[in-house]
Amino acid sequence: MEKRAVFKSWWLPVVFALPQLLLILFFFYWPVAAVVNWAFTLEPPFGGPAEFVGLANFQEAFSDPFYWNSVMVSLIFATVGPLFAISIGLVLAIAVDRQLPGSGFFRFLYILPYAIAGPAAGMAFRFILSPERGLAATLNAAWPDIWNPAKYGEHALALVIIIFIWKWSGYTFIFLLAGLQSVPRALGEAAAMDGAGPFRRAIDVQVPLLAPTLFFLLVTMMTEGFVGADTFGIVHAVTEGGPNHGTEVMVYRIVDEAFKGLNYSGASAQSIILIGLIMIFTFIQFRFVEKRVHYK
Amino acid sequence: MKLFVLKTALAGLMAATTLGVAPAFAEKTKFEFWYGLSGDLGDRVQEACSKFNASQNDFEIVCTSQNGYDATLQNTIAAYRAKKHPAITQIYDAGTLDLMLSKAFIPAKKLMADNGYKIDWNNYFGGIANYYATASGELQSFPFNSSTAMFYYNVSAFEKAGIDFKPDTWEHVEEAARKLKAAGYECPLGFNFDTWPLLEQFSAIHNQPIATKANGYEGLDAEVVFNKTKFVDHVKFFKKMQDEKLFVVKTKQLGMDIVPAFTSQTCQMIQTSIADHGTVGKTLPEGVKWDVAMLPVWKGTERKNSLVGGASLWVMAGRPEAEYKGAAAFLNFLGQPDMVQWWSTVTGYIPVTKTGFDSMKANGFYDKAPYKGRELAIASLTYTPTSENTRGIRLGSFTQIRKEVSTSLEAIFMQNADVQKELDQAADRSNAILRRFEKTYAGQKLN
Repeated sequence: MEKRAVFKSWWLPVVFALPQLLLILFFFYWPVAAVVNWAFTLEPPFGGPAEFVGLANFQEAFSDPFYWNSVMVSLIFATVGPLFAISIGLVLAIAVDRQLPGSGFFRFLYILPYAIAGPAAGMAFRFILSPERGLAATLNAAWPDIWNPAKYGEHALALVIIIFIWKWSGYTFIFLLAGLQSVPRALGEAAAMDGAGPFRRAIDVQVPLLAPTLFFLLVTMMTEGFVGADTFGIVHAVTEGGPNHGTEVMVYRIVDEAFKGLNYSGASAQSIILIGLIMIFTFIQFRFVEKRVHYK
Repeated sequence: MKLFVLKTALAGLMAATTLGVAPAFAEKTKFEFWYGLSGDLGDRVQEACSKFNASQNDFEIVCTSQNGYDATLQNTIAAYRAKKHPAITQIYDAGTLDLMLSKAFIPAKKLMADNGYKIDWNNYFGGIANYYATASGELQSFPFNSSTAMFYYNVSAFEKAGIDFKPDTWEHVEEAARKLKAAGYECPLGFNFDTWPLLEQFSAIHNQPIATKANGYEGLDAEVVFNKTKFVDHVKFFKKMQDEKLFVVKTKQLGMDIVPAFTSQTCQMIQTSIADHGTVGKTLPEGVKWDVAMLPVWKGTERKNSLVGGASLWVMAGRPEAEYKGAAAFLNFLGQPDMVQWWSTVTGYIPVTKTGFDSMKANGFYDKAPYKGRELAIASLTYTPTSENTRGIRLGSFTQIRKEVSTSLEAIFMQNADVQKELDQAADRSNAILRRFEKTYAGQKLN
């Protein structure tokens, strides 16, 4: 029997909810409405009469081979990055959760990357992993072009994904460690007494109990990979979408077209496609993955 | 998406807060000036503002850096749409056409005439003024920080390699590169995929069009033609030189851009802005001899003037009348010969007026290091009177077109793509961009 407190009047809850509703209205729904409006017109940057063009902005995006390239790049970025970030965060969390000597220090150490802004991390990695001056320079001297993100799109894409993983592993680590600490100790101890090693216990006891956290991370990290400020920031700081469109994720393309090219309408149309894509992904995740998650 | 919304919201917010601090009781008329320069150059702009504020008692200018040219254009647009825009804003060369078509500004001539200033408009160097003027020559904004591309070379390295000629033609540059290579220099000439020297300046001084309709000055229906001019041969030449390891790509993605490559003496020749003159002089170790020259031409070419780069000051429409008096006073103040000289000295930008330049020359400014050589930028800009191909580039969304070209250069020089095919593709895509721009401003005419 759950006890429930119920408001008698209808207006009081509305008043309580109002600040949040207004925030969402002004900072989400209103801009989205403007974007939808722009997507179907040709908006001059300084305002003024805008011609209605129907679906032309969408057709233009879809007929551009480089647009499809950016969708592909985004898909790779938003699946590979989060999967590795979650796996690494998980391994680190399980290790720290064992409370071996020094785990306090490592906990601090693993969270640290998350405190660094994506573009700053990107700038640092650009230097560290640059093909002619960084750590890879000696490798390249022995085997020319074994690592050259300025030349090969694949290398460049790997580079920006590595930076994403480096930063966001700290984030998944925090959540997974918190999740692990709410797993009853008795379960792990019982398994240990039955002779299960740390590895066995992790796979059969800890990970299944972490499923809700893992699912939450999967959804948020993939969204982050698609539209996150860091995704843009890293690409902007490291490769600027290059070489030859090799790392042009959708969100970089949108910001670039809108704010450098002043093509508000084209960027708006691409924004809407991106929102749609994220909705589809989130739907798939909830429809098919969440079924296998048990919350209690 | 998130960023898009956030940025728009932030720009609006910023405009709201900066304007929120209106004077309680105003003896002085306050007005705002937004600029894109940051760091050391940004501090110099602030200094110019304080000089103006100290020079008179009627107006107070409030100067705010927006940290970057594109951010300034973007924030000006956001603020203009919210009617919270500054009286004066600094817009870079590539944003000129967007401003011209916006109807959101007051033409330079009109502003000064309305406020009773007599300006000798012919005092501006033609090569500079025409970039910001209509096809009929009406100056729309005030040239402010101006530069052009120059050829930098390491004289010490030249001497060591036994080169006794100047890099004034590309034939000479090639010969110099071979000698430098033979003398053991790994990177005789460094270059990146910046289209400004490689496409824009090259086309101007070789009298090659970048687009039809006089590079866009005569109509929004212009089409780019850079895939059919000498520029193609020039890129092929660069490719051949790269294959022979005489010209070397230096980008920040590879670890070092061209200017640091030159100042660290990794590369012995580069093409970059005259605005880097100060940095190069300060960074190269003492004792290393270096010099600048006008950009090389191909032998037998009749050299034309080069194009101006940098930014100009636009006076925005829709402010209270009193602010325009202040704006006019400020712009008049900047145009005084002693201010022109001060600005040029502390920044490395070139003086934009003939009287400013003459007084600097008379003062012996250009006679000795570290300023010696900067006069060549003026010589390059004023080499010939401007003509169809050398007046400037008036193309919509030019930032995007630059990007299309530099991406194709990246494909050519990094991934061995076919020169003609890549440039054709860049031209096709640029033309699509131009057509969309034309449609966005349907019915508008360039005057």
